[in-house]
Amino acid sequence: MSTKIISSSQPQMTDLDQPLYTPIKRRSFFMYAGATAGATALILAGCSKSDSEPGIVSLGSGNLGVLNYAYALEQLEAAFYAQVVKTPATDFQTGELTYFTQVAMHEAIHRDFLKAAIINVAKATPIMDLTPNFSSITFTSRASVLGAAKAFEDLGVAAYNGAGKLISVTDPNGATYLTVAGKIVSVEARHAAYIRDLITPGSFAADDQVDATTGLDKSMTPVDVIMTAQTYITQKLDASSVGK
Amino acid sequence: MDFFQILSDIEKVDADVYARFDTRRRVFKHMGGLGKKITAATLPAVLSTMFTKAYGQTTALPQIIVDTLNLALSLEYLEFYFYSQGVTSGLFTGNDLNAITIIRDDEQGHINALKGVLQSAAIADPTALAYDYTAGGNLTPFASPAMFLATSQGFVDTGVRAYKGGAVNLMGNKDILTAALNIHSVEARHSSHIRSMRRGYSTGVANTNGTTIAGLDGGGAGDALPKSWLSLQENGGPKPTKTVANTAGPAGGPLTAAVYAAGTDATKYPADDNVMQSTVNVQSNTTPPTGLTVTAAAASEAFDEPLDAAAVKAIARNFITALGVSKGLFS
Repeated sequence: MSTKIISSSQPQMTDLDQPLYTPIKRRSFFMYAGATAGATALILAGCSKSDSEPGIVSLGSGNLGVLNYAYALEQLEAAFYAQVVKTPATDFQTGELTYFTQVAMHEAIHRDFLKAAIINVAKATPIMDLTPNFSSITFTSRASVLGAAKAFEDLGVAAYNGAGKLISVTDPNGATYLTVAGKIVSVEARHAAYIRDLITPGSFAADDQVDATTGLDKSMTPVDVIMTAQTYITQKLDASSVGK
Repeated sequence: MDFFQILSDIEKVDADVYARFDTRRRVFKHMGGLGKKITAATLPAVLSTMFTKAYGQTTALPQIIVDTLNLALSLEYLEFYFYSQGVTSGLFTGNDLNAITIIRDDEQGHINALKGVLQSAAIADPTALAYDYTAGGNLTPFASPAMFLATSQGFVDTGVRAYKGGAVNLMGNKDILTAALNIHSVEARHSSHIRSMRRGYSTGVANTNGTTIAGLDGGGAGDALPKSWLSLQENGGPKPTKTVANTAGPAGGPLTAAVYAAGTDATKYPADDNVMQSTVNVQSNTTPPTGLTVTAAAASEAFDEPLDAAAVKAIARNFITALGVSKGLFS
């Protein structure tokens, strides 16, 4: 992890020719996610020194890494919802396009805010504009769109929840970043709850997301979140130094 | 360097390695995902152990953390007893009763989690008798489902803002901060669902399961058709014109408008119609999707605002009895 070739303060794309995504890693993630015994070796492969490979967009380290991480996720969400609004599902029910139109706006606002915050507050260079890969989503299908929206929103909630502790307080802006992350995550949770209700009525805080015993939502590490998000992003992202 | 490989190697000679690391919870998650040692049946016990290990030294908790968590705990009790009465009130049936029950159980979980962190520093259970959900006779939450949900919306939105405002106080303890964030987002999920249910009852439909149209704001006094998220200042919330003369509350203040208004320091805790985030005007800063316009309402909706402890307490003091006052709740 110490052999970074991309400056963490200047995240950038280095080699566009590099294969974007290798099958072994995707498979390892799904085995991991599917609670399959014996997947340990593959998980470890998925967590290996990928940041030493060329052709990777590093999210950077420290608080800038956290901001870029959030910016990457909001880029993904904003692009998704913009596409939903542009090509609505043919079987959307009454009012659902209204919902998606409003959420598309929220996510565009998040995306552009984070970019501005990285430039104006963190005085740094944000990561590049990412290219979405939504080939696994059927935008004409309500079920496909709702399923993807649920995945993005729950992932976003877990990502922000897990990122809070990665924000360094030694940075004078640390408290500001945490507060802003808190302002965004609850909006994502509101979206997530509503989308869940649309898919499975009454599942706004279902046991697969909110622990039935503790009432706690999920939180995820940047590496785990990016492993999932990577499916929908053309560029390969490296989140291994986020918050470090 | 591969952290998990190292851990895996160490485990071969030291089975307790995970217990020796602060990051045990994260490791546990991976182990759980693999279905190895921890099953759903043993999860509560494991979680309890983790809390004890992570937060066992209560005396070492800084006062700011104790105060922040105890305020959260007293708000959780306020919500828990409210939903408990909602469950037994007979107001709800079917899906809506299920939803109120889920929320009550989540609040119970939050109480347990916070007590687990605070241990002996936790406030005593104030009991239901400490809370007055009519706010001195100004509200009738148990008169109808719509009234119950309106009151509920005020509580849960206050809760979301309170956790958000308290988060910065917890930055010194990463585990506690994460636990608080994991509660915070659940409160936001509750708020979303309560608002959806409210829309249903406002149009005369029970058991909508939260699936009534989310993006249409009815507006008007009381905003009986709220969006599933906070928009502007919610027209002052369910009961904007009701004022209270509660001795412990803000004298003559509006009852629910305070839930969406600015906190004690309007710069740090702006009202919910705020569009300035950090130094960025998020309305003018945004490039909207093709054909759309960024309204002030949308800009306000994209961010929920925090509320400071003093403002939260002022709202909550409207809902305590003489017993609650004697117990020092929200003082």
